[in-house]
This record gives sequence, structure tokens and C-alpha cells, in this order.
Amino acid sequence: MKELLMLFVSFAKIGAFTFGGGYAMLPMLQKELVERRKWTSEDEIMDYFAIGQCTPGVIAVNTATLIGYKRKGVLGGIFATLGVIFPSMVIITVIAACLRNFAEYEAVKHAFGGIRVCVCVLIVNAVIKLGKKSLPNLLSVGIFSVVLLLALWGKIQTAFLVLLAGAFGVILHFLSKKRKNKVSEPETEKKEELAE
Amino acid sequence: MNTVIQLCLEFFLTGLFAIGGGMATLPFLYDIGARTGWYTNEDVLQMLAVSESTPGPIGVNMSTYVGFTVMFASYGIWGAIAGGILTTLSLVLPSLIIVLIVARVLDKFKNAAIVQSVFTAIRPASLALIVAAGLGIMASTLLCIPDGFTLSAVSDVQSFTGLFNFKGIILAAVLFFGMRFFKKLHPIVFIVISAVVGIIFSM
Repeated sequence: MKELLMLFVSFAKIGAFTFGGGYAMLPMLQKELVERRKWTSEDEIMDYFAIGQCTPGVIAVNTATLIGYKRKGVLGGIFATLGVIFPSMVIITVIAACLRNFAEYEAVKHAFGGIRVCVCVLIVNAVIKLGKKSLPNLLSVGIFSVVLLLALWGKIQTAFLVLLAGAFGVILHFLSKKRKNKVSEPETEKKEELAE
Repeated sequence: MNTVIQLCLEFFLTGLFAIGGGMATLPFLYDIGARTGWYTNEDVLQMLAVSESTPGPIGVNMSTYVGFTVMFASYGIWGAIAGGILTTLSLVLPSLIIVLIVARVLDKFKNAAIVQSVFTAIRPASLALIVAAGLGIMASTLLCIPDGFTLSAVSDVQSFTGLFNFKGIILAAVLFFGMRFFKKLHPIVFIVISAVVGIIFSM
């Protein structure tokens, strides 16, 4: 029970300070879950993020469900999910009830201007940290570049891009298997390295 | 009571079919407004402005806001609060179920070689999507290009110096080195400091 509550509190904290959509959540996840609580690893966070993007619904919520499930099963998933949506529900309810033109206040606009800059820097830091781990070889750099170009200028749904990369992984898997059965040893080693 | 059930159902379906994050819920919200007459397109824009300038996932903020607004009209403040909660829970319920199933299946096949290869390919793709989103946020924050990097957006800018948001770039540089110097501090601390700096220097 104590750990379930901790899941709720941790994710409520993340929900309360995630500004500007699911991607801005990444640096918070890294600090709170990997560095402070040591509940998960950086590699796993990337996997969860990828799954969160190609499953229906809000990315931040899906990522929370996955991490909660990993810690404490189905109940953990539910507590983490409720945690991440709790601050939003409270804050939005208060604003909708009393401060309808909240977004038009000068102070709010300026504060948000500052926060956006901070979010940029946090994302850059997260990418630097994760890049070292997610791009171990040339093949992964290749996948990264292609997906980046498609995401910036391809006008393709992000979920579809993740699925495309997954399909590519399946093809690679079978290619390396075939090679393993046929070709000489050094070639096999090379392919294995890629599949690792 | 009918409104409550319809509200829950609409958002359940939105949560089920909106793939790719909070922004993917927007077309669904427009569609719901148009079909039911609960709110107008301008209402959606106002709710989006609030959702973007408050913490929390945008899709979640939007659904709480819509639930509150719709129920407020006929059931008063307590009905509205309940409406916001019910709508948000309806939105996350389908993904909760689906993600739990996916997590279960993955747990079982975690060590299968094929799952490993799929994730080897997905990890760099996931990083690329984060970088793309980050570049988009940077374009509209540190540079004055609101709609991402297109040639027409760059040529629309009047002067070369008009392209840069200097206050933002200076703050970003200070934060970048500050985070390296004070490694132990939680990102929350930097977010709060940035908000205060933003208000003081009218960013």
C-alpha cells in the first residue's frame, strides 16, 4: 500500500510540473524515476515512451500506466495513472470555476514564456543523456536520422512512425536469422552486434 | 443524466481512437462540439490556451475543462466538478486497459529475440520523435517561428535580428549552465525560477 501511494505521489508531482505536453515530461521522468527513485532505467523509459506513442490516448498517461504496472502490477498502473491526472483535474477545475480568462493575464503569459525556455533546456539535456544510450551504432543513427526527417517534414502521424520502426526491427530480426544460418562467421558476428 | 452518459461515452471513444498524444484529441473535440452543440470552436481555442499554460498533459487538461463546462450549464458547480472528473476518467480508461494488456504481453515475451530487435529499432525512432518535438518547441520559443521550420516561415520574418528571441536565448544559456553546475537540483526548481524570471523580464 505504501508503495502504491508513493507511485501516486511521484506521478502527481510529475503531472503538476509537466508543461507543454507529453514530451516535456521526459526530463521529469528521468530525474524523478531513474535518478531519484531508481525505479527504472533510461533504456526502459525510451521503450515506455515509444509504446506510449503508439497506444491510444495521452502519451504521458500511457507512460505512467506502464511504469506503474512494472512496479506494482495492475494496481500500480492504476495508481500511477490517477496520480498523473490528479493535478490537472484540480488545477483545471479551479481555473474553469473562477479564472475563465486565466490564459489572458499578462503575468501568466510571461511566466509561461519563462517556463517554455526552461522546458527547451530540459529537453535538450534529456536528449543528450538519452542519445548516448539510444544510439549505440551506425544502424541506430540511421534509423534516428530517417525518423527525424520524416517527423519534421514528412507530415506522417507519430504513432505510424513508431510502428514503422518496429516493423523495420522485425525485418532486421529475420534477415539476421537467415544470414546466421547461411553465411560465414565474421558476417554473423556483425549482424549479431547490430541486433544487440 | 443523459448528458452525463453521452459525455462519458464521447470521451471514452476519443481516448480509444486518438493515437499520438494530447494534440491528437483536438480534432475529436471539434467534432464533439459540432455534433452536440455543447461548445463552439472558439471555446475550444480558449480551453486550449488554458490547457497549454497550465501544467499537466494537454489532452487531460482539455477533457477536464470540457467536462466542467458542459455540466456547469445544467447542473451547477458540483455537477460541473463531477463532470470534469468523469470526463477525464472516461478519456484515460481505454488507454489504461489497452496499455495494461500490452504491458502484460510484453512482460511475457520480453526476452524473445524478436521483441529485442523491435525495441532496438524503436529506441532511436522514439529519440528522433522527441528531438523533433523539442526542435518545434525551440523554434517557437527561442526563435520567432511559431509553426516549425519551414522556408516560408523563415522568410516571413522581417529582419535578421527579429528572428531571435534574445531574452529567451540568454535565459536558456543561463539555465543550461546552471543545470550543469547544480546537478542535484530537481527540474521543478528550475521551472519555478524560470516562471519568476519570465514575469520579472516580461518574456
